[in-house]
Amino acid sequence: MSGDHSARLPERDRPWMMRTYAGHSTAKASNELYRRNLAKGQTGLSVAFDLPTQTGYDPDDELARGEVGKVGVPVSHRGDMAALMDGIPLSEMNTSMTINATAAWLLALYIVAAEEQGVTQEHLQGTTQNDIIKEFLARGTYAFPPAASMRLIADMIAYTVEHVPKWNPINICSYHLQEAGATPVQEIAFAMSNAQAVLDAARERVQLAHAGDEQATQKLMEQVFGRISFFVNAGVRFVEEHAKLRAMGVLWEELGRERYGVQNERHLRFRYGVQVNSLGLTEAQPENNVQRIVLEALAVTLGRDARARAIQLPAWNEALGLPRPWDQQWSLRIQQVLAYETDILEYPDIFEGSIVMDGLVAELLEGARAEMAVVAEHGGAVEAVAYMKAALVDSHRERIRRIEAGEQVVVGQNRYAETEESPLTADAEGGILVVDPAVEAQQIEALRAWRAARDQAAVDAALAELAEAAAAPEQSTNLMTATIAAARAGATTGEWSRTLRDVFGSYRAPTGVGEAAAAPADGDLGELRKEVARLQEKLGRRPKILVGKPGLDGHSNGAEQIAVRARDSGMDVVYEGIRLTPAQIAASALQEGVHVIGLSILSGSHRELIPAVIDALHEAGVTAPVVVGGIIPEQDVEGLRQAGVAAVYTPKDFDITRIMRDIVELVGAEGAGGDGAVAAAPVAVAGNGSSANGAA
Amino acid sequence: MSGASRSQDGVGAVLGARLRERDLKAAPAALNLLESTAAADREQAAALLREISPAALGGEAPGHVVGITGPPGAGKSTLLSALLKAWRSEGRTVAMLAVDPSSRRSGGSLLGDRARVEFDPKDKEIFIRSTSAGERLGGLAWATRAAAHALAAAFDVVVIETVGVGQAETEVADVADTIAVVVQPGSGDVLQFLKSGIMEIPDVLVVTKADLGQIALSTRRDVSAALRSLGSRDTRVVAVSSLSPPQGIEELIEALDEHRASVDVRERRLRARRANALADFAHEHGERGLRALGGRHAAEQLLAGQDPKLDTAALVATLEEGARR
Repeated sequence: MSGDHSARLPERDRPWMMRTYAGHSTAKASNELYRRNLAKGQTGLSVAFDLPTQTGYDPDDELARGEVGKVGVPVSHRGDMAALMDGIPLSEMNTSMTINATAAWLLALYIVAAEEQGVTQEHLQGTTQNDIIKEFLARGTYAFPPAASMRLIADMIAYTVEHVPKWNPINICSYHLQEAGATPVQEIAFAMSNAQAVLDAARERVQLAHAGDEQATQKLMEQVFGRISFFVNAGVRFVEEHAKLRAMGVLWEELGRERYGVQNERHLRFRYGVQVNSLGLTEAQPENNVQRIVLEALAVTLGRDARARAIQLPAWNEALGLPRPWDQQWSLRIQQVLAYETDILEYPDIFEGSIVMDGLVAELLEGARAEMAVVAEHGGAVEAVAYMKAALVDSHRERIRRIEAGEQVVVGQNRYAETEESPLTADAEGGILVVDPAVEAQQIEALRAWRAARDQAAVDAALAELAEAAAAPEQSTNLMTATIAAARAGATTGEWSRTLRDVFGSYRAPTGVGEAAAAPADGDLGELRKEVARLQEKLGRRPKILVGKPGLDGHSNGAEQIAVRARDSGMDVVYEGIRLTPAQIAASALQEGVHVIGLSILSGSHRELIPAVIDALHEAGVTAPVVVGGIIPEQDVEGLRQAGVAAVYTPKDFDITRIMRDIVELVGAEGAGGDGAVAAAPVAVAGNGSSANGAA
Repeated sequence: MSGASRSQDGVGAVLGARLRERDLKAAPAALNLLESTAAADREQAAALLREISPAALGGEAPGHVVGITGPPGAGKSTLLSALLKAWRSEGRTVAMLAVDPSSRRSGGSLLGDRARVEFDPKDKEIFIRSTSAGERLGGLAWATRAAAHALAAAFDVVVIETVGVGQAETEVADVADTIAVVVQPGSGDVLQFLKSGIMEIPDVLVVTKADLGQIALSTRRDVSAALRSLGSRDTRVVAVSSLSPPQGIEELIEALDEHRASVDVRERRLRARRANALADFAHEHGERGLRALGGRHAAEQLLAGQDPKLDTAALVATLEEGARR
């Protein structure tokens, strides 16, 4: 046999599934976008829901203000889902839904929409993201407390494995951990610990359903294990990133064999989809992001033994705002060039036998196993949320420190920053998608019409049934049946969620900032502390800053880093976590007597929410200056300033110490405080190092 | 007085008068003033406190000052959320001072506690203020004590929330009418602290997470037994569950009210004012100051002879005058 026989596959591999994370404005507009994308050669759907849908609020809820149709499509009821999937054959389509806290509800709407197309649930293929632990850790779209959330996940797994057998009920996400600053070792270890917590919960559920029948339980657990897939991230250090995926494969197989007794080789395969890194995408010289995305795509495609099953790539302009269909098309074309023009699909695993690759994998495995042991000592992933969150905040702090110090090179940002003007951002909108602000009012009106036209008695009865199932002792009732019935009856996303919130209670995840290690007071930070001390003398009180995240956006990395750095600068920091209403922010600013207010928004709702916060502050009599940080397009900055914002920071302001110095100067110039009157507080927006559409 | 500060003349007195008339909207500005260390502000703060001294009020401030303390993770925030809701539904106005023990290597602190307590942000009759423990030398920061006292003039209930066990409840005792210590089921360390005397016996002991069943029951039993063996028959032990539907909250409120009705508030506060005055004086003037008064005991004697209606600041002034003589 000739050598080249083993060096080539007898037949070229089929490419992975190609998707684009998409959705905005309305179900109808998104449906048109999906059909166009499919016509362009996309092979699966990836639905982006807006934040109210993700967190369980209807468009007319106070918290939904400014968020409707922004980072995704609003879906309030089966009518919206039917419009979203209109003309798309659900018997053939493979649909991935980025939905977590309300995953059971959206799956129910999808099942009912399919019924209306004449497709029964056993034919449906797709994925609900449904990973709540990473929502507590990184993404923030949780709705219920941990135990109730885990129950919903287990209910969905138990339901789908029997009734929707081709569905992936959960995607264990390491993606968002990397976005929140995780090192490769943390990404592997936290994701695997998370998977273990989910599988343990599912095993309990399966045992409950087949009490005493050990054989049936084991058989179902094999299937459950085989249906768990992952959603990972890949950064620009693509060799190590590839090793990370191989290491995850090793751990996954080990977990299946040793903890769950899985024997079927097919079920033991580590299956993952991927959206590559958004954290490393820059606002400065945004065209460079295209190279980054291509290299990151290599990390998940190069080696056959650890190749992604499905890929969606971010767009080059995510750090600027929401990508347009053309930007997303560019990313789809990257995938197509990789799959159809290059030769990567023609070979067996090209890293097999590589000493370097094996060494990297071994190194990552060792670190990950040690970190998994720490999580286990905390009592598993659910109990260890606070520990993991604090660890992520700390890693992210270190990452930012290295970039600030120039130890980690970011081309176009902290090195080679000189540039010609970019023609890509020269249009009136600055090269991004702007959602029509009228969408929100239209959605509210449509929702009211829907409520008026439906059989209210049937909805009330279905929701009462759901409440009863949720409150059943020992969690003995699977919630999927009542959820699907409520979807059929015409209930809304907000109603379903409120019913469960009333039973389960509400929850605020740990912020992780309290435990973050203090930074050493050297260099710039030491200077800054002296300035803060001088300001304290002047004010009579320690400078006090309120860091707030208005709206539903859960991407809190930027706000957390601002809070930690403000503390390290010597300020008193009031940080209340995510999802605050303007009224809450105003009440806190007033009661706490803060000297300055920093607001962070990454969801594109700043045009509505920032002025609303400023109005609420004025109403409360707070005059402290306001600064804003986040994904704020250049053309919106002037409007925010006119609304009364003192300063705006965007991802290109990566030096947080410099932002702090600005804030200290601002407070000093305001001369606020010290006279016993309510201090005037400026508003700033924090949004460093994360991008708007990292919501995938 | 400089021209700049003259323009602020009267701010403190006005705020004090507003609090005396139970104008809750005066609270934020009053606290900004009380927390300030600027010389001009200190004068205004003293004027504020004079307006709500027992002499000006014609008695003790009416608010019930409740100290709530316990180790991290004991469920204080969830408990406070439920308590706030219950107090508000009875129509009582509530102020809460959340004292944060954050690391002070940089001098800065992260005040995250208010995030964990749920309340209606539009409710103007709830007031929550976070304060860092600050540069304290034993006892709560001066500003926290002054703030609690000022708020008690205007609000029906003033809660001081502190973290820790052992030192924490002793510190709050300087200012609170009623001390509640919160423990979670299975926390043997609190039991040990109680038995060994590291921890003072609280007025009310709250066992949280009653929904945990057996372990909560046995913790409640153990705590009650420990209290009995220490000869404390008055401390009520209340089990609460903050999971919905909350349980035991009404009983807890009843226990807190009952305790307050059973103690001589005037006597307790008088004792606290004199202790605080001595602590403030010692902080300011040190051992040398105490020697000038003829020692700690002589200082206590001097304070004991003063008009019970004098507030802490006036008592400190008396000590300072005594030291000069």
